[in-house]
Amino acid sequence: MPDSSQPSTQPSIGALALIAVIVAAGAGAFAYTAGWLSPGRLTPARLVNSLAPPGGAVPGHRRNHAKGICFTGVFESNGNGAEFSRAQVFARGRYAALGRFNLGSPDPVAPDAAVRVRGMGLQLSTPDGAVWRTAMIDPPIFAVATPAAFYELQTASHSPDPDAIKRFVAGHPEFMAFADWAKHAPWTASYAQDAFNGLNAFIVVDASDAPRAVRWSLRPQAPVVAVTPDALAKLGPNHLEQEIAARVAQGPQRWTMVLTLADPGDLTADPSKAWPAGRRSVDVGTLVVEQIEAERDGPCRDINFDPTILPDGIRLSDDPFPAARSAAYARSYDLRTAETKHYPYHEQPTAGGRQ
Amino acid sequence: MINPAKRFTVPQRALHWLMAACILAMLFIGVGMVSTVTPAYVPLVATHKTLGIAILLLALIRLAVRLRSGAPALPADLPAPMKRAAELSHYALYALMIAMPLIGWAMMSTAAYPVVLYGGIRLPAILPQSSTLHALLWDAHAYLAFAFFALILLHIAAALFHALVRRDGVFSAMAPLPSRGESAPAE
Repeated sequence: MPDSSQPSTQPSIGALALIAVIVAAGAGAFAYTAGWLSPGRLTPARLVNSLAPPGGAVPGHRRNHAKGICFTGVFESNGNGAEFSRAQVFARGRYAALGRFNLGSPDPVAPDAAVRVRGMGLQLSTPDGAVWRTAMIDPPIFAVATPAAFYELQTASHSPDPDAIKRFVAGHPEFMAFADWAKHAPWTASYAQDAFNGLNAFIVVDASDAPRAVRWSLRPQAPVVAVTPDALAKLGPNHLEQEIAARVAQGPQRWTMVLTLADPGDLTADPSKAWPAGRRSVDVGTLVVEQIEAERDGPCRDINFDPTILPDGIRLSDDPFPAARSAAYARSYDLRTAETKHYPYHEQPTAGGRQ
Repeated sequence: MINPAKRFTVPQRALHWLMAACILAMLFIGVGMVSTVTPAYVPLVATHKTLGIAILLLALIRLAVRLRSGAPALPADLPAPMKRAAELSHYALYALMIAMPLIGWAMMSTAAYPVVLYGGIRLPAILPQSSTLHALLWDAHAYLAFAFFALILLHIAAALFHALVRRDGVFSAMAPLPSRGESAPAE
């Protein structure tokens, strides 16, 4: 045996084995953390893949709510929200707004009348540098109670098995309230007549850090005219975008932002359950949409309306959706920004000289 | 620059072990956060950004300290290819410690994400919004992260090889405390 203080010339098998074990353990821990050893883990990639229509995702576009049109305008805050949140956006004033009207479909050319859910992505920026992003939809409650259930719903709705949806609904009775809305709620022929609901509960905090659970909605100031889906279909596959562009060109369109405050004990973790009627609600301002721009080269195109981007004064609650949506939206954003050749920025002349 | 001492200075060793913990945490948080949709996602991302900027600052300090204090010479009997590998891997480690946070910060900037750290610290964008740049930077951040982790495993294997097999004082030069079993060879 060589003296232990001398450089050894005879590598000990034990030492080499120990090094190999340590390196392998490090690599294994890394692989486990990355989910490579857990094919069952619900990852952002799996969640986003589950949204793809049978023909596969449409490259270059958002993986859901793919059809949309940009708007810009202002949020006129009336100051009523300042009682609950210290965010500057609730102090009386006018703040820059940027957003996107959209259809809840992974198909960027879906006909308007084929899509039940409509959405609005909204970004409000204040002079203090804070940014608030939210992505809202028109149903008053969400379809499912948990992100895992949302994944199961996507899987079931794309399943060739005709009983898959029945089985899903049996296991997720909360879906019935959404199905009821989808069946009976009136359709409109204008984004300007739609209400957009945040659905997820957030915590607002005032200057003394006092927390209140809230949900928010944008209620249209334009009178609502109900139409049938058939009547909407007759107006053309892209009526909603044409209509909102024409309407805003005539004059700005307005939505009232309403904060609904939870009572102590109201459930904040489940957006499929509305809070009981009669909860205090406060009008905090008006969204004024002043200009419409096509998405292709519009200011909303490369914005990820990630609902966890919040100003100081608004925080996440125990609602698990904003985090899951943030993770999935980032995945969708990373995919589509790497695919711009499939959705070029400037309209390309088509080979056949169409039009 | 060669430091005639047998060991790195105390600030160098402190920086090394502090950063080792930070960087390992950073790499695990990185691969963990992009593979989860649980509520942990949000604090993991916030920690990743904050720790990334902390690592950038520590790496710049460390580079300055290294340029000033140098490093102990490698053993004279270390084979030339191993010496070369040691040198190159350390250049790569320094480059990654500085480049990875900058790439991450630039990647957030090109996606028009606000960069907000713990404590509400808001950082400015360092590049304009650009989907083309974002896609490039995202790929760079991901692939370099895997390369970084592989390099760290190699670094750990080499350090242990010096400590357990060659017992040539290279490990004790950076060890947090001098160890009795591993006195420097000249003693």
